[in-house]
Amino acid sequence: MEFQDIAPKLTMLLYGLIGFVVVVGGLLLVLDVVPTWFARRREAALVAASLQSGGAPVARRPRKRREGTLALAFMIPALLLLLIGLVAPAIRTIILSLQNGDSTRFVGLDNYAWIFQENDIVRVLVNTLAWVVLVPLLATGVGLTYAVMVDRARFESVAKSLIFLPMAISFVGAGIIWRFVYAHRGVGDQIGLLNAVWVALGNEPKPWLLDPPLNTFLLIVVMVWIQAGFAMVILSAAIKAIPGDIVEAARLDGVSPWQMFWRITLPSIRPALVVVVITIMIATLKVFDIVRTMTNGNYDTNVVALEMYNQAFRYQENGHGSALAVLLFILVIPVVIFQIRNLRRQREV
Amino acid sequence: MAVSSRPRQALVLATTLALALSAAACSGDGGDDSGSSSADCAAYDAYSGSDGTTVSIYASIRDTEADLLEQSWEQFEECTGITIEYEGSGEFEAQLPVRVDGGNAPDIAFIPQPGLLKRFADAGKLKEASAETKTMAEANYPKEWLDYATVGGKFYGAPFGSNVKSFVWYSPKLFSEKGWKVPTTWDEMMQLSDTIAADGIKPWCAGIESGDATGWPATDWIEDVMLRENGAEVYDQWVDHTIPFNDPKVVAAVDRVGKILKDEKYVNGGYGGVKSIATTSFQEGGLPILERKCAMYRMASFYANQWPEGTTVAEDGDTFAFYLPPVDPAKGKPVLGGGEFTVAFADRPEVQKVQTYLASGESANSRAKLGNWVSANKKLEIANVENPIDKLAVEILQDQNAVFRFDGSDLMPAAVGAGTFWKGMVEWINGKSTADVLNQIEGSWPK
Repeated sequence: MEFQDIAPKLTMLLYGLIGFVVVVGGLLLVLDVVPTWFARRREAALVAASLQSGGAPVARRPRKRREGTLALAFMIPALLLLLIGLVAPAIRTIILSLQNGDSTRFVGLDNYAWIFQENDIVRVLVNTLAWVVLVPLLATGVGLTYAVMVDRARFESVAKSLIFLPMAISFVGAGIIWRFVYAHRGVGDQIGLLNAVWVALGNEPKPWLLDPPLNTFLLIVVMVWIQAGFAMVILSAAIKAIPGDIVEAARLDGVSPWQMFWRITLPSIRPALVVVVITIMIATLKVFDIVRTMTNGNYDTNVVALEMYNQAFRYQENGHGSALAVLLFILVIPVVIFQIRNLRRQREV
Repeated sequence: MAVSSRPRQALVLATTLALALSAAACSGDGGDDSGSSSADCAAYDAYSGSDGTTVSIYASIRDTEADLLEQSWEQFEECTGITIEYEGSGEFEAQLPVRVDGGNAPDIAFIPQPGLLKRFADAGKLKEASAETKTMAEANYPKEWLDYATVGGKFYGAPFGSNVKSFVWYSPKLFSEKGWKVPTTWDEMMQLSDTIAADGIKPWCAGIESGDATGWPATDWIEDVMLRENGAEVYDQWVDHTIPFNDPKVVAAVDRVGKILKDEKYVNGGYGGVKSIATTSFQEGGLPILERKCAMYRMASFYANQWPEGTTVAEDGDTFAFYLPPVDPAKGKPVLGGGEFTVAFADRPEVQKVQTYLASGESANSRAKLGNWVSANKKLEIANVENPIDKLAVEILQDQNAVFRFDGSDLMPAAVGAGTFWKGMVEWINGKSTADVLNQIEGSWPK
């Protein structure tokens, strides 16, 4: 291929690179220069003050105001990014959700009514609900059981890394791996692990991913597989942080392991438990990759995030897609509020 | 902190500078290499007068096919002095609206979906084709084709490449060995299916898995049978929603397909039962024909490229295709197919010249000579088409008795044509009843 043939592509790439460098470089400069400038000024002022007063405390008022400006300077880049990347798109999405498919006319709340009228979409909501209830429960349950069981065991760190490993795999990667696990061949040898086990137990091979509602549950298993490691690590750290004297006192009182878990361990790690459940819940509400990779939402396995993408980008129905996005947003809000209040309460204690 | 930030600033600056410098270095040697034209330019006289201009074309055709395409208009470029900048993208359907809305539209786009074409035309983004283009297109293409590029009485551009979908792939060797005849009516085809099944071979294989487009091969089945069972007029009404999607006529067509695709006796050779159709990719779907595990596979002409290397695709070879027979031969010869339309987002003289050229016989023959290409262009000479299967496709397209209709899912709104129709067919294969599926699709038609 001649150079001049690919020259336009190279130039395009170059423009992209230059644009990237200008934006990212600019941001880095702003993030770096502005706070440094303030810090240096403050340092100079402090030095000057200490020189003048010979170590006496600086007057309180001006310093406080300056700290305010300093805080603002630190916050401006973050605020700007939030505004451009989060607030503006959110407002636009809400406006789009009140308009028709090609965003030419306002239709009121029709798109929201559509969500609850279509059988298909109601099914999507039910599936998402199943995900949001089951994944946090199962992932936290598995993670907690594991954390308690391997706590102070002989090969604790090895055992923990094993269950933590799936965390490093992307959702798409995990989806592809598990699609092989569930694979089904109508004729010939089975290549799927699950069918191999199933057939060894004397059953007929089954196309696992085709049968609702079992298939949604099988997809949920993938998410649990990924998230259990996260739950385990946080909870294990929380268990280790339980003060030794409490445990010792309980032992002296002669508790059974069962009582130990329910009366001592669980109440002590409650804050960590809440954080884990909520984090996984939010991640689950947004689940997209696993479903898209494994079934593409067919066979009644669709979820809100995937349907939102399909409506907006594949079917060019901006109104429907945006309404689903807003719905997802509304569903996350109570969880986030609960989380914030929880954190605040903890800080007060 | 103040101290440590210095080197970091320097680094950012250095990176920026380095990149800027390399940018200058690259853009420096564009190198203009104006080829000496020794070719015969008489045929291109009508397009002269726009020397030194550039026209951009954007389409979904990529890789080898794109290279052949660019090669096909090289002589046009040399003779007219118009440079064609071609860009192909795998994300064409999603990217084109983004580019057009962003004010970065290409001069010409090859749009394979009349539905998308209509959308752009309705939004006032497309430029009406020039009188020259229109005359050229009317002289070279059948009216049915041009109707798909006409919105509100305005004509927007000629078709270019095409494909024929009404094909059934089979193994000529196996057929002649067993004494089976290529069927010419639907009933003969069903009888043949029984004969083959009695022979211990599953007569049909199918595969509709295609990533995030899973389901489309099944919609092609339905469209082909709609056209055969009810005729072109009802087909048009179905596609533009004058009759509902769950009309009894549609139910009958879907059930006729079901007699093949949902009968465990007939499918799915080499892959298992009915449900395996949903999980078998369309690329792999027909391959069991070579292993004699199935006998017939309904798939478009472009499936010729899917056979493994060394397979002879010919009337007496390892595989070939026959025309999917009509239900009632008296009603003519329905043909389902697809193709792309060359529409313009700009009306500069050079853009119109390229558009006219693309509608001409020269462009079609020039591209066909390079191989692996079919068009409905009447000026296309069959001698220029090399592959036997492409020849057959061109013959069908140029047949006077053929009633051509465009792939219906490309004509319907994307929410149905690329959404619920595909998904519905997957559920139908997976066991849902015809009525349930069609009611569901009808409910999803955008109001």
